[in-house]
Amino acid sequence: MSTETLIWLIPLPPLLAFFLILLFTRRNHAISHTVGVGAAVISWLIGMLVFIAAIGAEHLGEHPFASSIGWLPLGDQTLSIGVLIDPLSAVTLFFVAWTVLMIFIYSIGYHNFGQPKGAHDAPGLPPHGAKDAKHPELGHQVPSVEPMYARFFAFIALFAFGMFTLVVSDNLLTLFVGWEIMGLCSYLLIGFWYAKPSARDAAIKAFITTRVGDVFMLLGIVALYSATGTLNFRDILYNHEVLQHLASTPSIIAGLSAAGLIGLLLFIGTVGKSAQWPLHVWLPDAMEGPTPVSAMIHAATMVSAGVYMVLRMFPLLSAGWVEGGALTPTMTVMAFIGAFTALFAATIALTQKDIKRVLAYSTISQLGYMIAALGIGAYVAAAFHLVTHAFFKALLFLGSGSVIHGMEHGVLHTGEHVDAQDMFNMGGLKNKMPITFWTFVIGGLALSGFPLITAGFWSKDEILADAFGNGHLIVFGTLALAALLTAFYTARQITLTFLGQPRTKAAEHASESVRTMTLPLVVLAVFAIAAGWVGVPEHFPGLGGLLPNWFHDFVGGTLLEHPEGVAFSMVPLLTSLAVALGGLGLGWLVYRKAGQADPARKPLGPVYTLLENKYYFDELYEVLFVRPARWLAESFSYLFIDRRLIDGFLHRVAQVAFSLGSIFRNYFDAPVVNGFGDLTASLTQSFGRLLRRVQTGQVQQYLLFVALLAFGGLFYYLLNVLR
Amino acid sequence: MIPLSWFLYLAAGLFGLGLYGVLARKNAIGILMGVELMLNAVNINIVAFWRYLTPGNMSGQAFAVMVFAVAAAEVAVGLALVISIYRRRKTVSADEINLMKW
Amino acid sequence: MTAEQGVFIFTSLLIMFSGYMMVTRQNLVHAALYLVVALFGVAVVFVLLDAGFLAVVQVLVYIGAIAILMIFAVMLTRGNATGEQESMNAFSGWALLLAALFAFALIVMLGQWQDVTAQAPALAAGRDTVKELGAALVSPDGYVIPFEVASVLLLAALIGALVVARPQKTAK
Repeated sequence: MSTETLIWLIPLPPLLAFFLILLFTRRNHAISHTVGVGAAVISWLIGMLVFIAAIGAEHLGEHPFASSIGWLPLGDQTLSIGVLIDPLSAVTLFFVAWTVLMIFIYSIGYHNFGQPKGAHDAPGLPPHGAKDAKHPELGHQVPSVEPMYARFFAFIALFAFGMFTLVVSDNLLTLFVGWEIMGLCSYLLIGFWYAKPSARDAAIKAFITTRVGDVFMLLGIVALYSATGTLNFRDILYNHEVLQHLASTPSIIAGLSAAGLIGLLLFIGTVGKSAQWPLHVWLPDAMEGPTPVSAMIHAATMVSAGVYMVLRMFPLLSAGWVEGGALTPTMTVMAFIGAFTALFAATIALTQKDIKRVLAYSTISQLGYMIAALGIGAYVAAAFHLVTHAFFKALLFLGSGSVIHGMEHGVLHTGEHVDAQDMFNMGGLKNKMPITFWTFVIGGLALSGFPLITAGFWSKDEILADAFGNGHLIVFGTLALAALLTAFYTARQITLTFLGQPRTKAAEHASESVRTMTLPLVVLAVFAIAAGWVGVPEHFPGLGGLLPNWFHDFVGGTLLEHPEGVAFSMVPLLTSLAVALGGLGLGWLVYRKAGQADPARKPLGPVYTLLENKYYFDELYEVLFVRPARWLAESFSYLFIDRRLIDGFLHRVAQVAFSLGSIFRNYFDAPVVNGFGDLTASLTQSFGRLLRRVQTGQVQQYLLFVALLAFGGLFYYLLNVLR
Repeated sequence: MIPLSWFLYLAAGLFGLGLYGVLARKNAIGILMGVELMLNAVNINIVAFWRYLTPGNMSGQAFAVMVFAVAAAEVAVGLALVISIYRRRKTVSADEINLMKW
Repeated sequence: MTAEQGVFIFTSLLIMFSGYMMVTRQNLVHAALYLVVALFGVAVVFVLLDAGFLAVVQVLVYIGAIAILMIFAVMLTRGNATGEQESMNAFSGWALLLAALFAFALIVMLGQWQDVTAQAPALAAGRDTVKELGAALVSPDGYVIPFEVASVLLLAALIGALVVARPQKTAK
């Protein structure tokens, strides 16, 4: 089979699995997860084959693997769909395939496969736990299996299908299809425990918020199609003339070229999907879903898709920009939003108590990094950070899921009612859950950019180096500050969760998770370290040149003009060293003795409250959008327009019609029409009554009449003859 | 020789008698007898016209044969009807058989 | 007056008399017997018209079959057909008037017709009209189709009479 054919096959197994599970196997847990994981394995296998073929190919940027088929004939042209693997999609495919597979495997353990059914479990609610069948005399509870186990695998399979479709597609339209499938799946999965009101609300919030971005993105797609007549990536992005043309055409908005406007619209789609400020509000609430879903959304698929899309469209976004020159307006917007989001989300993460929410804000913050990197033109650095982030963030989420799982085990065991996700209820889990601890630490260090050994260091350092080297000092400063905060809250999280003494009984009885959960952690931990080694800058002191900067050369080949590596400078390196180590150390110092209360609360005062409430963005949006919308719907649209105006008008029309009808009925229909009808009928009736006397039933009388008539005829003839 | 008119007058008279029988007889079988008389009057006419006007071909006699056939059939069915009615209503009186009326 | 005319007048009177008797007799058996006489007279008239075959058929079919059938029917429906009550219906007077007028009008009308006084042409010597009639009835140029239709009619009448007159077992 050729590589192109293989690419076509990548998204299909999860889709098949989705239908298989929903239609046939959903009653059987074992078969369902076998089908789901099997599909992920097949996709992973094909993905790896394609990836290996891709890194082995010479000049993949110029000659990518591509094939397409005509899909929708439109007048004199045909809309084609097809697949494309160039360096960017190859590396994306690599991390997507790995993380998806790991998440699938992890889900088996997370949803307590093999555990008894809980007596009080109902579909739509997280499992409540079941009586321990092995040791009934102790009266302990053990975790119970998820009631909608098979359904979960069906949904994440569909999710994976959406992501694979998005990655391998060669045009914006199929990319958008995959994008929207993921939107649907995120809705379904965030609201997976739909009987929980908070989960329901979160699902709706996520769906609607991302929809805002999607509408703009669709507008961008339409604008792009009308401007170029094609949506194919290669035709637009690998084509000097088209890009030049778009960059030089002014758009309806002054100061923006057509390329800039389209890029901006597409970028708003990313803002929604990748949860950038100001559409970031849905992502923390998305933590209501099961933890594998959080990992899926935050690492492997959804938010990565947003960044992937802007990476993909980078030539368009940056059309008119020359390397080292002034930024275009669109890029400025991106740099601003990215940098701002990075810092903004990092500050919120400082005060969150929920272990998953901290990670959620850190995701927003790290995505801001990537957007900011793109905004300043650091294409390769952004792609690099996307890859490394996917690995360590998936690791962190799965690790936090493992922690929560262990805590829930403790909660069920002791019967103590504490929030299993609150970090201030944890502590000292290092010894209870060693694998989770070490992998989580690796992930956390990667997130903070711990020097030299972790992947996060290399990618983050490259972004900072790019920002500094190209003179974007504001961006550089903001990102450096965000990095400091990142290191700080990561240290806080690790310290609160794993170090020190247990703060609750539940934490004392927490236990290590099952092997299906720890195995993915180990695998991802390997990548969280090793993924960075492919992108070591050439001029890095000591290490530079030991390994070639393969990532830069490979991914850079995606672009028409291969980007130059930035000149090495000690300033960003020292800065990133300082912020990473400083932040980590500071965090450990502050929180190592922390009790149930946050020691940072007092010194920070009202700022802490502000951060804890996420700058009151939810409340602001409530006041700004939700309430006016509700008012508009209830008071204005419903009561005034609908009830008063439209109903009033309709009632009046009905009244007029009714009275007109009465007039017609009483003065025309009843006397004239009916009278005529009745008259005809009664005339016919009386005539018939008269005539029926003839019908005596006696044959001879009839015959007499016949004879009379015949005689009449004869007589007439006679008269004529005789005259 | 007998003129044609004599035969025709005989037939007319016979036809009138048959008609009277058909119209006036109470009994259904009597009515059928009247019909037979009328048919015979017609037959006399047909054969007389054949003999006096077109003796060259046999159409007159052939028609007479047809009339015989029809008369036989009519009597067979008519008498069957009479018997059937008699079985059900114990009467063959035509003025009592008046179901077909308003 | 020739012998033929004498025979004709006698036969005509016989026919009219027995016809009248047939119509007016209360006893249907008597009426049927008068019918036989009248039909026999018609057979004589056929002989006078040189239609020997028809005369024979008249005797065979009418007298031998139809009249006998009538008598059987009369016997079968005995009970009220023997003359105890009035044999004429309520409007028999009107019927007599109409029939008389009808016959009168016919005679008057015929009297106006010019051919009515025609004399019979002589038939060729040795001519066999029976043979000719047989040939005409079965020849494709003649009356084979009416002949066949008549046979179908007779068959239908036969079956119909059977069906109608059969005692209805299910009618209970």
